[in-house]
Amino acid sequence: MFDSFFFSYQSLIFAVGINGLLALSMYTVLAVGQLSLGQAAFMGIGAYVSTLLTLDAHWPFAAVLLAAMVVPALAALLIGGPTLKLTGVYLALATIALGEILRIFCNASDLTGGALGLSGIPNKTSFGLIFAVLALALAGFVMVARSRLGRAMEAMREDEVAAGVMGVNLPVMKLGALVVSAMLAGLAGALNAHANSFIGPNDYGFDQAVTILSFALLGGIGSPFGPVLGAVILTVLPELLTALHDFKLVVNGFIIVIAVLFMPRGLLIWRIGRVG
Amino acid sequence: MFAQILQQLPQQLLNGLVLGSTYALFALGFTLMFGVLGVINLTYGFYFTTGAFLALYGTKLLALPIWLALPGAAIVTGLIAVLFDAALLTPLRRKKAPELASLMVTLGATLLLYSLMTATFGTEIRRLPPAVISHAAIIVGGIRMNWSQILIMGTTVAIVAALLALIRGTRFGLSMRALAENGEAAQLMGVDTDAVVRLVSLVSGALGATAGVLIGLNFNAIQPYMGESMMLKGFAVIIIGGLGDIKGALIAGLVIGVLEVLTAGFISSSYKDAVGFILLVTTLWFRPVGLFGRAPVKRA
Amino acid sequence: MNQMTIAPLLDIQDLTVRFRGLVAVDHVSFQVEAGTVHGLIGPNGAGKTTCFNLISGLIPPTSGSAVLAGVALDGLPSWKRTRAGLSRTFQNIRMFQEMTVRENVMTGMQARLQASVPEILSRTGRFRPEEVAAKTRAEELLEFVGLTASADRRAGDLPYGDQRRLEIARALASEPKLLLLDEPAAGMNPAETQDLVGLLNRLKQGGLTLLLVEHDMHFVMSLCDRITVLNFGRKIAEGSPREIRENPAVIEAYLGAKTAERLKDGAA
Repeated sequence: MFDSFFFSYQSLIFAVGINGLLALSMYTVLAVGQLSLGQAAFMGIGAYVSTLLTLDAHWPFAAVLLAAMVVPALAALLIGGPTLKLTGVYLALATIALGEILRIFCNASDLTGGALGLSGIPNKTSFGLIFAVLALALAGFVMVARSRLGRAMEAMREDEVAAGVMGVNLPVMKLGALVVSAMLAGLAGALNAHANSFIGPNDYGFDQAVTILSFALLGGIGSPFGPVLGAVILTVLPELLTALHDFKLVVNGFIIVIAVLFMPRGLLIWRIGRVG
Repeated sequence: MFAQILQQLPQQLLNGLVLGSTYALFALGFTLMFGVLGVINLTYGFYFTTGAFLALYGTKLLALPIWLALPGAAIVTGLIAVLFDAALLTPLRRKKAPELASLMVTLGATLLLYSLMTATFGTEIRRLPPAVISHAAIIVGGIRMNWSQILIMGTTVAIVAALLALIRGTRFGLSMRALAENGEAAQLMGVDTDAVVRLVSLVSGALGATAGVLIGLNFNAIQPYMGESMMLKGFAVIIIGGLGDIKGALIAGLVIGVLEVLTAGFISSSYKDAVGFILLVTTLWFRPVGLFGRAPVKRA
Repeated sequence: MNQMTIAPLLDIQDLTVRFRGLVAVDHVSFQVEAGTVHGLIGPNGAGKTTCFNLISGLIPPTSGSAVLAGVALDGLPSWKRTRAGLSRTFQNIRMFQEMTVRENVMTGMQARLQASVPEILSRTGRFRPEEVAAKTRAEELLEFVGLTASADRRAGDLPYGDQRRLEIARALASEPKLLLLDEPAAGMNPAETQDLVGLLNRLKQGGLTLLLVEHDMHFVMSLCDRITVLNFGRKIAEGSPREIRENPAVIEAYLGAKTAERLKDGAA
């Protein structure tokens, strides 16, 4: 009974876990008061790097996953290095640029299969793996939240100037958050690629970036659980209501507007404590 | 080979300048909004699309001539921009919300608006009636161009001149500069900041619409998402030019246009669209304030 | 050890900042001696808060230098200055409103907590002892400012006077050598101000050096050992409270400002 349920909803269940990871990757950046619109790009880099290493280089899966975290992290350093010293707007715009560069490159290059993308990716992701990673990431975020780092993060989000005066190492915190978020998104991209057997250059564009943002804003960023809740809702609801499916982007856009204007704490208003 | 390149160069440069003018034209209102209001307003791309659609239906359904349809579309879009600003951004300004909140809310709003437009109009490419403007080529000294290209370059230069005159030479320009400098201080000095915000929204919306009509005319292609791809180019233009800098936007637009055409001509057209973004990332590393920008430091 | 000269704790030399032609702070030099309470006063717009922002690294100076306990602060970002022993409060109170009172104080300890990311993730090594010590220290500081009962309240929900005291506790959490207080008594009623004077006196007795900006002259005169007076960005006087009270330039500056204000009010 459970088996047949699992079988018919497998891709949805996988999507819930992967979107949960993406939402957490967004949370990492929002939690320090920054905005990245490059989460889809980091995901895409992870997806392409992992796929190429699996298909062409035949690396073992564990090494593939590691590479899918390291390469997006390097991209994050490239983008974050110069922009994090400036106001938050620069990071947001530069990460959009990263997404576009990736899309154009993947559409044009033979290496990445051009507009057709890459197919025939072996299925190496499992239910257990996705949710173990998600659980581990959540546990890690809870530990970080209840420590000096969690306090520093919330302080930065509330008032960056005051956080600096408290002695918070702003550049390291910001760059660290961006790098961790890129690693998580890259990992999610690799897991997703090895669950779906196909990846294409237009799966990681602007719309996907905004969708990931809507997960986090709907759930709220008072704790790491909020974004995951947002991801679950926005992944499952469109499957239940087909009418919603056709207007996915409308709904995502609407959620962002409403969340920013009227419910800045999101659905899960509980705030995680910051003392270990 | 080399001779051939040299022979093509003048035409390529002209094509680049025309393309660059479209980028600059698009970016002017966008950078004006940022310069005065201090927000990246992503709904700007939607004004671009809206202007093009309004002109399309003005010329098609009402059979208006283009010299009426264009200002009509610009004014209507400008008013829409004022409304959107009042609904989305004014509440955040009142709350003194962080700047990224306004970026996010306009991001959500554009996604919503584009999707609604696509749902209504579909993604098919629409064309203005052929009689609107002559597409016949004019050949001067071996270089081909047409009226819509001349119109675009002329309008871009005229608008830059008009904007600079407005900002530097009028009382309203003074108020705008005061607001750009420090909103609270401007208010204390007796500047009606709400009125300035409305005026800047109106002008920017109208500029966005004008760009949409002219670019729609030049490429003869109008569809809902035309604003989004232009928007992405627009980011590159305004950052390279320096956020909020009118002159910078003009020059950055032209530079990107010329480099794109040269890339397409001499390297590969597949990589043409990456030029602006690669320049953007380079700019951030080596001159984050942009060509003419002032230091974008945070106020304490 | 060379005991010939005792260097001041904070040495400000020729500090200058221009905003678009306006000279907000104009070649200001002064020294704060260790263990003293030093006042920075002057009419509105004299450049006092700008001076604080320069010293704490929130805005870059056009020229000039600042040395804290032998460490040159020039070019250091604010967070490094905190690590060098500087701490401050803000004129318009900048609490982390969503955080609890206790968490606010513990945030002030950023500069001293050392646990690494692996230690934090695994709850091993330095993490436990450090966090326990931080909590204990936070309790002590809250008791010192009289906010023990509010430790778990949301900081933004505290009444105004309590927020001022919380901000002081938070600033003390970094164990500073020098504490900058920007109008600590602003908006307080006389009883609260009296409490604050007692609190600051206890800090002074504990050996802490204070540099404060304040408008309440009674407060300044009763607390400060030494006072520097600014007007239009320039230093116009320095001395003991008595010397300052009798200094004609200071009287002129204040009276001039008052008269100008009265004239403006009359005209409006």
